[in-house]
Amino acid sequence: MIHVRNLTHRYGDRVALSNVNFDVAPGEIFGLLGPNGGGKSSLFRILATMMAPTEGSAEINGHDVASDPSGVRRSVGVVFQTQSLDKALTVEENLRAQGHLHGLSGVVLRDRMHHAMQILGIDDRRKDLVETLSGGLRRRVEIAKALLHKPKVLLMDEASTGLDPAARRELGHHMQLLRDQEGVTILLTTHILAEAERCTRLLLLHQGHIVTQGTPAQLRASIGGDVVVLETSDAKALAADIQDRFGFSATARDGEVRVEIQSGHRFIAEVVEAFPGAIESVGLHKPSLEDVFMRETGAAID
Amino acid sequence: MTSFLLPAATLWQRELVRFWRQKSRVLSVVASPLIFWLLIGYGSNDLARYYSGTLVLTVMFSAIFSTISIIEDRREGFLLSMLVSPAPRTSLVLGKILGSATLGWIQGLLLLVFAPLAGVTISLAAFLPVVAAMFLISFTLTGLGFAIAWKMDSTAAFHGIMMLLLVPMWMVSGALFPMATAHGVVKTLMWANPLTYSVSLLNFTLGLPNAVPEPGLSLIVTIATGLALLLLSGMLAAQKSSRSSA
Repeated sequence: MIHVRNLTHRYGDRVALSNVNFDVAPGEIFGLLGPNGGGKSSLFRILATMMAPTEGSAEINGHDVASDPSGVRRSVGVVFQTQSLDKALTVEENLRAQGHLHGLSGVVLRDRMHHAMQILGIDDRRKDLVETLSGGLRRRVEIAKALLHKPKVLLMDEASTGLDPAARRELGHHMQLLRDQEGVTILLTTHILAEAERCTRLLLLHQGHIVTQGTPAQLRASIGGDVVVLETSDAKALAADIQDRFGFSATARDGEVRVEIQSGHRFIAEVVEAFPGAIESVGLHKPSLEDVFMRETGAAID
Repeated sequence: MTSFLLPAATLWQRELVRFWRQKSRVLSVVASPLIFWLLIGYGSNDLARYYSGTLVLTVMFSAIFSTISIIEDRREGFLLSMLVSPAPRTSLVLGKILGSATLGWIQGLLLLVFAPLAGVTISLAAFLPVVAAMFLISFTLTGLGFAIAWKMDSTAAFHGIMMLLLVPMWMVSGALFPMATAHGVVKTLMWANPLTYSVSLLNFTLGLPNAVPEPGLSLIVTIATGLALLLLSGMLAAQKSSRSSA
């Protein structure tokens, strides 16, 4: 459904995307995960036909973003990070205007509006001015708006930023619904791990490069066993000591030492015993996407 | 054809709906030119002299307020989803300009109520030409506002342009002093200023003195300027970008 080949984008001398390649199959919920400034937004803008890539190509539903932007625009629904609704208009008026922009009118438009509002559960708010809606509801109106022309692909930029956890879960539920009932392929950018966990596949972007890609489970499995985090006053020294003593790698970062290890509980007992007084607190958890990102880039996601 | 007209019509309608829901905006746009007019007019004991200029100023303020929203809208907001829709850019530009022009026109028309103060009685026969001239002028000024706003990154810069370009343009349009008695350099500026023709057109249709340059020329220049600015705006909006959101 989406094919990206050797995509590179530069702003002057600054490289925002460097030789990015990936494919998204129909029916996926595909996540671009990375910190702000990692290249997600540039990639999103290129896919949404808001800017042309410096090099390489991107194709959505058989249309090239650079040579056939209107073909792409008919195939995709775009949900922006910033609000694109007119606050002075009602939900219904916003949707109708958007339908008109896509050349829809009359009964067809009315049916599509009704359907989109129903699937996103905003039917009862259709007469309300957008400025009276909560952030979560507004986001759902944005999605309804993006669905009117029955796009094959939904592009969502940081869709859940600024939402509280409950609204975020709700949004995730609606995304599943769209994929299952409407067969919409979803590509989203995010730096929120809970959101990334719900994706069928993830692409980790850092400094314009693809760091790794796979299903959330695959990515987590790439770190075997457990992650142990030790808080200490001198992380570098402790990491070096652990390496000397136990013979496996430990990474130091901001007053903590992280160790990926098969049997974390055993290691904890040994390490506390070995360096009495040097460790202020100890944490053990199963690998998360955050750990994957940290291992691949040495940087935190937010 | 529908795919061209429908987006334009919906944007036009959006401007009107928003306008209707923010009626207090009308007051601020209409009030300041009205106060200027009453102060200058009563101060110089010649309300008629400044009436056409006041109408043009009202329309200009309205055009500025409408088009300034393009700057905010382009970064975030409604315009963003317009730009990723398959609707032709030229249709979006036309809709936005027609919508804003209509608002300027309506606000200008509100000031016609005060015509008797200027000693002007608008006959039924004169009403249509006046109203048509007002729309033309509003359309031209909105086109100017759009062309300026499209490339701007900040509303602060737009305010700068307004004070440095638009207000001086209005001052040398015949709104404050007639062309006949103006100094050489200013006179040349007046000839080059499209607003001069707007003021003249209004003076003519309202039956006021100082309809200079002559009405025929004024009409042609106003229409030509409006169309040229529409074309320019369309071209600006159709430009592909490798940089930012537009």
